[in-house]
Amino acid sequence: MSTQSIGIAAGLAQANDRFHAARRRQLMTLVVVVLVISVLPLLVKDVYLQNIMVLTLMYTALSQSWNILGGYCGQISLGHAIYFGIGAYTSTLLFTKFGVSPWFGMAAGGGIAALVALVLGYPFFRLKGHYFTIATIVVAEAALVLFLSWPYAGGALGIQLPAAADNWANLQFGRNKLPFIYTALALATITWLVTWKIEDSRWGYWWRAVKDNPEAAESLGVVIFNSKMAAAALSAFFVAVGGSFYAQFVAYIDPDSVLNFHFSLLFALPAVLGGIGTLWGPALGAIILIPLTEFTRSYAGGSGQGIDLIIYGALIMLIALWKPEGLIGFFVRQPKPLPASADEGAHS
Amino acid sequence: MPCREHRLLRLRVKGLAQDNGLKTMTFQALAQIVVSGLLMGLIYALIAAGLSLIFGLMDVVNFAHGEFLMMAMYAMFGLVLALAVDPVLLMPIVAGLMFALGAIVYLGVVRHAMRAKVNAGMVQVFATFGLAIVLRGLAQLFFTPDFRSIPNTWLGGKTLNLGGIFLPWPQLFGGAVSIAAFVGLYLLISRTDFGRALAATREDAGAVALVGIDRNKVFTIGWGLGAGLVGLAGSVMAIFFYIHPDVGGPFALTAYVTVALGGFGSIFGALAAGVIIGLIEAITATILPTEMKSLGIYAAYLAVVFVRPRGLFGNI
Amino acid sequence: MTAAPILSVKNVTRRFGGLTANSDVSIDVPQGEILGLIGPNGAGKSTLFNIIAGAFPPSEGRIVLNGADITGLDAPARCAAGIARTFQVVKSFESMSVIENVMVGSFVRTASAAEARRKAAEVLEFVELDGRANALAGELTPPEKRRLEMARALATEPKLLLLDEVMTGLTPTEARKGVALIRRVRETGVTILMVEHVMEIVMPLVDRAVVLHLGKVLSEGTPRQVVADEAVINAYLGDRHRA
Repeated sequence: MSTQSIGIAAGLAQANDRFHAARRRQLMTLVVVVLVISVLPLLVKDVYLQNIMVLTLMYTALSQSWNILGGYCGQISLGHAIYFGIGAYTSTLLFTKFGVSPWFGMAAGGGIAALVALVLGYPFFRLKGHYFTIATIVVAEAALVLFLSWPYAGGALGIQLPAAADNWANLQFGRNKLPFIYTALALATITWLVTWKIEDSRWGYWWRAVKDNPEAAESLGVVIFNSKMAAAALSAFFVAVGGSFYAQFVAYIDPDSVLNFHFSLLFALPAVLGGIGTLWGPALGAIILIPLTEFTRSYAGGSGQGIDLIIYGALIMLIALWKPEGLIGFFVRQPKPLPASADEGAHS
Repeated sequence: MPCREHRLLRLRVKGLAQDNGLKTMTFQALAQIVVSGLLMGLIYALIAAGLSLIFGLMDVVNFAHGEFLMMAMYAMFGLVLALAVDPVLLMPIVAGLMFALGAIVYLGVVRHAMRAKVNAGMVQVFATFGLAIVLRGLAQLFFTPDFRSIPNTWLGGKTLNLGGIFLPWPQLFGGAVSIAAFVGLYLLISRTDFGRALAATREDAGAVALVGIDRNKVFTIGWGLGAGLVGLAGSVMAIFFYIHPDVGGPFALTAYVTVALGGFGSIFGALAAGVIIGLIEAITATILPTEMKSLGIYAAYLAVVFVRPRGLFGNI
Repeated sequence: MTAAPILSVKNVTRRFGGLTANSDVSIDVPQGEILGLIGPNGAGKSTLFNIIAGAFPPSEGRIVLNGADITGLDAPARCAAGIARTFQVVKSFESMSVIENVMVGSFVRTASAAEARRKAAEVLEFVELDGRANALAGELTPPEKRRLEMARALATEPKLLLLDEVMTGLTPTEARKGVALIRRVRETGVTILMVEHVMEIVMPLVDRAVVLHLGKVLSEGTPRQVVADEAVINAYLGDRHRA
């Protein structure tokens, strides 16, 4: 644009190099983490612990997917259970009624969920803040009520996945947890890679701009509605894929076990605790939250005394108050706003 | 699992509805639906009032609101057990205890959550949500997950026969308490110094410090009032509803929808929306199976915000 | 002056309820000009500015850019058409780094992140903010934030740049640097329309000034002509007494 600035100054070139080096380091970290996790179940044979590994990896993938819309684009959905349920029911119904492979069911569930996200997004994305969040809760609750009284989908009784041959084609393995661990790891890795790719893409920057300041984003040519729709569709797709996986893993689904509000929270919580809108936040949050949930439930919750809930709730409260930017704040540099701009921020 | 028991309860309620409700639609039956819906609506409005007050004051959604309701119901249950006095007389004590709880929650949790420089909205949501889980755990610890009810009260199980329309006394009483609470709230906001400080803080929490209003004090009292209002609602509910650690959830959702339908921050929007929601629920319950009665409310909420994205009376 | 105007505001009226903020305003901005839009408080400058930027439509009248009617275009579409703007109260993307803020602007012309980054670096150097490229926008000082807004707008490769009170709150030294920057932007061929409340700052900078008063064009001409205009003096004196 200017005859004066043909080349980029050395300082900027250096900054550019540092940026790409950091991106490569992220990838290397992923490779190391995936390798460690791959070896872990070969050493830890305990079924209970392996079960927790499956859930932790699954919630990593799910929270990573939620993070696309909630963390990067800033649209706080507490109704993502609807996409989880759509994924679980699509693959399960296709398998039980038509004998369709759960792998195809997974893709189909993802596609339907993305479509539903677009249909819902059309009216929802006109709503702001709490109005949007409550609309997402309401629609997921409505889906729960409808599935409870839909006989074709098993109503309140749910659907038992019929036992088929234990193999990868059926995504059924009897009591063997190992294949589920690796499938969940693959899911978590794929959602991580998608997020990594998006972070340095046009959509990624647009989403963050929409989150930070919609009006300024519009003035720079960002079409807010389209940005939110794209984030919602992608987010819903991967949550539904996770839903299909969960249905295969537990082999029995009913409305309360896949569409409950509880799930919507469990997709958001790891991202928030780990670091909302960050690459490693959901994984970090899930690695702490999910084992903690399971351990407190088995060791303190068996008596029904509620001690598990007290520990769990107190932890969420403490992390939220103590590390508002998430646990990722322990690993990365802290932004230090100037006193003046800090005051501005407190009012917005 | 409480879930299962809840479903059994729902089935039982459905059976009752089929015995009584689904007769031919005479004028009497219609009046019965409208009046029942109206009374329940007033109670919904009372539950939502505190949520709306707190939101309007400081833009914070309390995700432990349902658990406040649950605490109030258990407080009433415990007091009745300990003192053997009727719930109607114990109501002021429960409201007072809840006022204290609200103030403590503000000072101990919310005040710190509001200081967050990043993700302030998220921090408030999850701090109050964590608190909700802790309160549920405490309820289980002290009262077990069993379903409780308060037997042999002055009002419990009694109905008023108004020319063939049957009005349960607890709901009638609840409706009256709700109207009285809203009148009181109106007088408080419009006639007192505190009300003016409240209104000023709502307008601009930063600037009020300049005119000598201690906003921390206003927020503390605001949270106390909000919780106190839930205390009144919980006191009434304890007379005619099962008490258990998870009782708050569904009512909290209804309260969020009520507040959003009325428009966030509009206290009297919450009153109108509460009544509307009570009526819609009563009508839906006669048309659809009882377990689907909330569909009407959800549909109404979605329909309203698509036309008015800030609710019926929202102006913020 | 015979050159076809890059921007034409044709008979624009804007009403808010019973209040008329702009009444039958017509302005032509020739290619390559720096035009100052000035006037006392409540003159309707911000309303007109926002109508040109596409933040809201006029009640009546048309906006024409390079001969094409853009009245119906929203803000993102106007940006794509070649209009960029800054905000009176800065609106940075606080959680993003400086260079990332500018990249958001670049993406209206390219889908490639590498290309957007290269472009953003170039613009940052141009506005002399390259030293802060990796700082978070939230960490910048207020004058740096103003520069960042300018950089973001320039990254969209505008034909017309709208500046909304960019000098407000700057110290004299910072303001001088701002003036120099605006001159350099014009040298690259960008037409500039700037709203300014404080006349002293803009008068030496602009080629021409349009004075708005009570929603109407009060006076129009070179800075020298405008400051000599009796009507302008009266309008401003009235405002001074209030301020």
